[in-house]
Amino acid sequence: MPEIQNTYNYKVVRQFAVMTVVWGVVGMLVGVIIAAQLLWPQLNFDIPWLTYGRLRPLHTNAVIFAFGGSALFTTSYYVVQRTCHARLFSDGLAAFTFWGWQLVIVAAAITLPLGITTSKEYAELEWPIDILIALVWVAYAVVFFGTVFKRRVSHIYVANWFFGAFILTVAILHIANSAAVPAGLWKSYSAYAGAQDAMVQWWYAHNAVGFFLTAGFLGMMYYFIPKQAGRPIYSYRLSVVHFWALIFTYMWAGPHHLHYTALPDWAQSIGMIFSLVLLAPSWGGMINGIMTLSGAWHKLRTDPILKFMVVSLSFYGMSTFEGPMMSIKTVNALSHYTDWTIGHVHSGALGWVGLVSMGSLYYLIPRLSGRTEMHSVPAINLHFWIATIGIVLYIAAMWIAGVMQGLMWRAVGEDGTLTYTFVESVKATYPFYAVRLLGGLLYFSGMLVMAWNTWKTVAGGQPADASIPAPAMAHA
Amino acid sequence: MSEFTSSFWDFYIGVATLVGLVACAVLLRVQTTRRAPGEVSTTGHVWDGDLVELNNPAPAWWRWLFYLTIVFAFVYLALYPGLGSWKGMLGWTQIGQLKEEVEQADGRYGPLYEKFAAQEVATLARDPSALAVGQKLFLNTCAQCHASDGGGSRGFPNLTDRDWLYGGEPEKIKESIAQGRNGVMPPLGTALGSEGTKDVAHYVMSLSGGANDSLRRARGEALFKNNCAACHGADGKGNTAIGAPNLTDKTWLHGSGEEGIIETVTKGRNNVMPAHKDLLTPAKIHLLAAYVYSLSAAQSGGQK
Repeated sequence: MPEIQNTYNYKVVRQFAVMTVVWGVVGMLVGVIIAAQLLWPQLNFDIPWLTYGRLRPLHTNAVIFAFGGSALFTTSYYVVQRTCHARLFSDGLAAFTFWGWQLVIVAAAITLPLGITTSKEYAELEWPIDILIALVWVAYAVVFFGTVFKRRVSHIYVANWFFGAFILTVAILHIANSAAVPAGLWKSYSAYAGAQDAMVQWWYAHNAVGFFLTAGFLGMMYYFIPKQAGRPIYSYRLSVVHFWALIFTYMWAGPHHLHYTALPDWAQSIGMIFSLVLLAPSWGGMINGIMTLSGAWHKLRTDPILKFMVVSLSFYGMSTFEGPMMSIKTVNALSHYTDWTIGHVHSGALGWVGLVSMGSLYYLIPRLSGRTEMHSVPAINLHFWIATIGIVLYIAAMWIAGVMQGLMWRAVGEDGTLTYTFVESVKATYPFYAVRLLGGLLYFSGMLVMAWNTWKTVAGGQPADASIPAPAMAHA
Repeated sequence: MSEFTSSFWDFYIGVATLVGLVACAVLLRVQTTRRAPGEVSTTGHVWDGDLVELNNPAPAWWRWLFYLTIVFAFVYLALYPGLGSWKGMLGWTQIGQLKEEVEQADGRYGPLYEKFAAQEVATLARDPSALAVGQKLFLNTCAQCHASDGGGSRGFPNLTDRDWLYGGEPEKIKESIAQGRNGVMPPLGTALGSEGTKDVAHYVMSLSGGANDSLRRARGEALFKNNCAACHGADGKGNTAIGAPNLTDKTWLHGSGEEGIIETVTKGRNNVMPAHKDLLTPAKIHLLAAYVYSLSAAQSGGQK
C-alpha cells in the first residue's frame, strides 16, 4: 500500500476546467457559424462538410458534451473530493476519463462533418465512439462512487446526490438508446424500429436534458452557490423532495416530443401530465438556490460570480416553467417544429447551463491555480453583461419567430387553402435570424473574454493541490 | 408484440402511472415539516469547512403548486386516454379530432369546391377566382419541385412551356397529379460503350439542330435506331404515352449538350412525380389542373 495521499487530486480538475473553456469557445463558434448560415446560406461555400446539416450536430455535441460534459467532470471531481474529504478513488481512472473524453470529442469533431451519423438527435455518434463513451462513463462512475464510498464524513452532501443521479442515469440512457446493429465500421442500424425507436430516442433525449443538463448542473449549483455566497443551503427538506421527485418524474416526460405523431394517444398523455408534474420539482431547485442567497443579496453589487449564479437560476426557473407549458398538447400544436423550441432550449442552455458553469469556473480556476481570484474581476463583470444581453436577444428573437411561424403555418384562407407557403414563413423569419445571430455573437464574445481571463489566471499562477482536512475537523 | 394478445401491459403501465403519481404526493406529504419556533437551526452536518444546511420547511405555495399538478394529472387521466386501455370519459382520440376537423372543413369549404368541380378545366383556367385558389394549392403542394412560377428546375419539368412529357390535355394533367408519374430511362452506358454513347449523344444533339461531329452523328444514328427509337420514336419526337421526352426540341429536362446527354445515356434516369390522390380531393386536383393548364396557355397567348 502506498502511503495515503493527503492532498486532493486537482490535476484532473484543472485539465477538465481548461478544456471546458476551450470547448466552450469552439462549440459556441460553430453555433455562431450556423446561425450566420441561416441568414446567408452561401456561407457553406458549397463544401459538404461545412453545410448546416453537418455542422448543426457538431454544434450541439460540442456545447452539450464537450463544453457541458467537461464542466460536469470538472465540478463533480472537485465537489466530490471536497465534500467527501477524500482524494479521488483512482487517479489513473480519472486520467483515463479525461483523455478518453477528449478522444470522444475529437472523434465527434471529425466524423460529424464527414456526414457519419446515426441520425438520432444528441446521439449522432456512430457505434465505435458510442462504445468508447460507455467505457469512459463506467470509469467515471467508478471514480465518482468510489470516492463517495471512501468519504470521511458520515453524510453524503446534496450536490453528490445530483451528480450521482446524473452519472448513473446517463449510463443507462446512453447504453439503451445507442443499442444498434453495426453494418460496417461507421454505419449501424438502431435496435428499435418505427414508433418504438422514436420513443426510445426521445426518452433518451429528454432525459439527456433532465440528467445531463439539469441534475448534473444542480449538483454544481448546490456546491458553488452556498460557497460563493457564504450562506447555508436554505432547506434540506426541500432538497430531499425535489431531488427524488425530479429524478422520478423526468423519466416519464419524453413522449411530449412526439405529440400528434404515430405514438399512441395514451403515451402522449402520460408524457404531458408528467411534464406538468415536473414543474414543482424543477422549481424546488431554483427556490433552494435563490433562498440560499437571502441574507447575501448585498454581495450581488460587488460579486460578478454571484450574478452569474443568480441569473442562471432565474433562467432555470423560466425555462422549467416554459417547458411544462409547451408540453400541453394544445400549446405544442402551435410551438412544435418552430423556432420557439430553439428559443426554449437556448434559454436553458445559454441561461442556465452556460451561466452556472461559467460562474462555477470563475470560482474554481483561481483556486486551482493557487490564486485567490481571477486575473481580472472587471472582465468577469463584462462577461456577465454581454452574455446576459446576448441571451435575452437570442431567446426573444426565437420566441417571436416561433410564435409567428406557428401562426403562419396554421393560417387558413376563406377558400380553405393555407394562407402562407412554407417559404414565406422562412422569409418572415430572416430579421429574427439576424437578431439571434447578434445574440449568439455577444454570448460567444463573452466566452472569448473568459478564455483570455482564464489564460491570464492560469499563466500567472502555480498549479495548486489543496490538502485534505484531518478527520477530526471533517465532521461536526 | 404481446400487447395485441394480452392486456398485461395495459395494467402494468396503468398501475405504474397511478402509483407514480400517488408516490409523488406521498413523498411530498411525509416530507412536509412545520417551522419550529425560534431561530431556524441547521441539520448539524458540515462539509468542506463551512457547507451547512438549514432546516427550513419547503414553502407552502410551492407544496400547493406540486399538489395542484398532481390533481390535474388525475383529472386529465380520467378525461383522456392515458391509463392503460382506459379510453377516457371524453372519448377523445387524435385521429378522431383530425376526422372531425376535416369534416368541418369539408362542410365549410365544400360548396365552393363543388361549384368549381362542375366546370370544365379550360373554363376554370380563365376564371380569376378559380385560379386564385389553384395558385394557393400549387404554391403549397407543387412549388417545392416545380418552383413558385411553375418554371421547374433541372429534373423537374417546366409547366409554363408547351412541351408536355405526358400530354397537356386537362385529363392528362389531372392524371399526372392524381396518379403520379415515374419516368424511367434505363442506363445504356455498358451496352453502348463509351464511344458508342458519345456517338449517340452527337446524333441526339443533331436532332434539335445542335452543333455535332458528322462522323459520330452518322455512327450514332444506327445505334439510336437500335437502342433508343423504341421509346423516343424513330424520329426522336418522343412518346407521351410513356413519358419519353421529345429530343428534337430545345427543352432539356436533365441537361443538354454532349456532357449532359452522355450522363443521361450512361446512367439512365428515374424521375418520380408522387401521386396526390390520397392527399388532395378530386375537386382540388381539378382546380390544380386548371391552374397548371393556365400557366402554358397564358404563355402561348391563348388556347393550345
